[in-house]
Amino acid sequence: MKNDMTFVLGGEAGQGVESTGAGFALALARAGLHVFAVPDYRSRIRGGHNFFQIRAGDYEFFSHNEQVHLALALTREAVDFHVRQLVPGGAIVYDTGLKVDKSTWPDGVQDFAMPIMDLVQGAGGNKLMANTAMVGIAAGLTGLDLRFVEGVIEDNFGRKRGESLAEANLKVARAAYEYARAHFAERFPFKLEAVDAPKRLLISGNPAMSLGALAGGCQFMAGYPMTPGSPILEMITAKAAEFGVVTKHAEDEIAAICMAIGAGRAGARAATATSGGGFSLMVEALGLAGMTEVPVVIFEVQRPGPSTGLPTRTEQSDLMFVLHASQGEFPRIVLAPGTIEEAFRDGWRAFNLAEKYQCPVIVLSDHFLATSLQTVPPEALDFDGVAIDRGAMLTPEQLDALEGEYKRFAFTEDGISPWAPPGHPKGVYRAASDEHDEYGSIEEDATNRRRMMEKRMRKLEAARADMLPPKVYGPGRAGITFVSWGSGYYPVREAMRILAQQGVSSNFLHLTDIWPFPAQAVADALRGAKRIVSVESNYTGQMAGLIRRETGIHIEEQILRYDGRPISPEYILRGLEGA
Amino acid sequence: MVTVKDYQSPVTPTWCPGCGNFGIHQAVKMALAELGLEPHQVMLVSGIGQSSKLPDYTHANGFMTLHGRAIPCATGVKLVRPDLKVIVHSGDGDGYAEGMGHMVHAARRNIGIVHIAHNNQIYGLTKGQYSPTSAQGTRSSTSPEGSIDRPVNPLLIALAAGATFVARAFSKNSRELADIIKAAVQHRGYALIDVLQPCVTFNRVNTYEWYGERVYPVSQEPDYNPSDLNWAMRIAQVWGDRIPVGILYQTEDVPAYEEQVPALKAGPVGLRPIRPIPADKAQALKAAYM
Repeated sequence: MKNDMTFVLGGEAGQGVESTGAGFALALARAGLHVFAVPDYRSRIRGGHNFFQIRAGDYEFFSHNEQVHLALALTREAVDFHVRQLVPGGAIVYDTGLKVDKSTWPDGVQDFAMPIMDLVQGAGGNKLMANTAMVGIAAGLTGLDLRFVEGVIEDNFGRKRGESLAEANLKVARAAYEYARAHFAERFPFKLEAVDAPKRLLISGNPAMSLGALAGGCQFMAGYPMTPGSPILEMITAKAAEFGVVTKHAEDEIAAICMAIGAGRAGARAATATSGGGFSLMVEALGLAGMTEVPVVIFEVQRPGPSTGLPTRTEQSDLMFVLHASQGEFPRIVLAPGTIEEAFRDGWRAFNLAEKYQCPVIVLSDHFLATSLQTVPPEALDFDGVAIDRGAMLTPEQLDALEGEYKRFAFTEDGISPWAPPGHPKGVYRAASDEHDEYGSIEEDATNRRRMMEKRMRKLEAARADMLPPKVYGPGRAGITFVSWGSGYYPVREAMRILAQQGVSSNFLHLTDIWPFPAQAVADALRGAKRIVSVESNYTGQMAGLIRRETGIHIEEQILRYDGRPISPEYILRGLEGA
Repeated sequence: MVTVKDYQSPVTPTWCPGCGNFGIHQAVKMALAELGLEPHQVMLVSGIGQSSKLPDYTHANGFMTLHGRAIPCATGVKLVRPDLKVIVHSGDGDGYAEGMGHMVHAARRNIGIVHIAHNNQIYGLTKGQYSPTSAQGTRSSTSPEGSIDRPVNPLLIALAAGATFVARAFSKNSRELADIIKAAVQHRGYALIDVLQPCVTFNRVNTYEWYGERVYPVSQEPDYNPSDLNWAMRIAQVWGDRIPVGILYQTEDVPAYEEQVPALKAGPVGLRPIRPIPADKAQALKAAYM
């Protein structure tokens, strides 16, 4: 079998599993292959069992899967864990020094024990370079040209940490490559070969979203470290000086969102990035932005809760929470990108929507989307498609022409009041988190309250015009209609591909713009569907519940996952059978 | 020429007659006018409480936020618009209970905001519960037998946190307070002004008379030396029969946070026009993933 296989590299935290895996994924991408890679790690710095799973092929596929062809095990625990995932003919690679119990190994698994540590030492490397040796072995067994691995090693070590480290790793990779080729490659049936393909990016959701935010002109971002949202703050910070962004690692998430709201009040494009626990702390301030009509963007990268939950794993269980967070009623916009293209797009679009409708915009991602590395065409990061829309922001000329005191919260037909950044003598106003009048002054009058509520909520109706309808994939009529949202995209698309090979037709309604809810589009798409199956990563079927609430359509068949692991295509297929 | 009238808002204050907030309000307007600052160059940020209504009664950029959260909101303003003079108004409940954590961090990062704490040692808006600065034994609706908590010393906390400007004032003496506010607005970095303020409705102990008998200008101390942190920490602990008011500590040796932010070297980012990223830069960003 050629150019269709899955690797897994497993070891302890501290053994460089993720960085090495990501490096190998990049080598495969540079070889022209499609790649989808999923890190699986525990919430610890040392020890435990982490792994990095890479699927590579020369055809288009949509997600990871459960068949492993080559397991590269750095520890005994990794051997025990991954040997069970191997397909017949698949091989497990580990150091001959590891004492392993083979009595429970499945039939057809090949034992590729190698003197890895001896190879590393022989090449002049240190024991931490066992991970590099594993990559060399993987190339040797599959026949992948070693230069792709060498190129990544040179890029990763050469530039940052000095030539000698790069050289040592290159020696280790070459020695391991040669050894595997000489002694085991003949017996390994799964092969890889570079193919001519247009250059692709290898990227995950977090950087795609961060680049989208930069492209959207983000001027301020504050945050507090929390997996898996913090990389967004880190990535923006890395580019802050170059692109004119102030970033702030705040004292807590309450401060982070309040800083962003303060920056928004001061007329800047401002955001914060967090996960569910951090967002829990931000909830009161969400209402502040809603009430004072300050634009702010919140990137919420979900992980399993409640409370600390499973810090390094995935879930889509914050949907209902973000829709309803904070006391009272106010407009908010919720976007849930599923693909890299959508993550980038929503990264910049969120700022436009926040300023146009002067309300908080929540971009809901999750660990699976945020961290899964995948190959995409360079156009997926569509910088050319970025358009900046600051809504009803008053220009200095418009402010010059203003007569009388500025009504920041003027009653308007669509609820959107022209807004002035501070600094112009005629744009002076106060904004109160209390109910207020058109000038922004605290006001408890009942009529004013009713009119202000209606004004604010009219913005939500106006925002419907900018909501993208859910996308439908697959044939217009099909035996199965999947419904999912956000990162559910990947396993559902892949399950559809497998079902098509089995002669089963399916289509897929994928929701990305969640609030205001596209009720009509969803109802139209589901009308006449033969068998609707909703797929989401939570216990209660939150999207299915929302669809029922908003459209009256009750989706009885639901495939749900809440063990913290990403939904795989096989999980969906098993779910269909179990129904 | 800027005058106090330029800061006049059409909104009539709802504070109780005789409230200490009036004196603070007057002093703020005097200070800003005397500094020649115009209302659009100033942003008043408050939390929630009686003191926090001050921006509503003032013609200037204003942002009345959440209980305890005025400082981070103001920090956000300052970080994108360092050209604005940012002044926080909070109370002792707002600023020293829910907001105390933020105050410590604002002090240590020396962010350029003036923090005026209206300290009346009681909760006014929620009608008379004891506050973090209430004397031990204060009887109130949440401490009917007398409060057990010992009061915080906000000046000492600010100094310990690295504040570079720490002052105390008495709300009745608007002239002196205005001068302190002027010094604070011109100060490089975070400035705390703890303003002792009678609550004529709920605090029957710390009255105008009570304060009038006790406050004295700290500059009268024979060894007055506000550049000496140890001296300031000592004088900050003087409380009781005599209460020093004035600037207790000030140093200009510490750069303000916003002076050190790389992205602000080119000017306030909030004034940067927002344009799409040019193609060559976009290509460079993508190249990191190839």
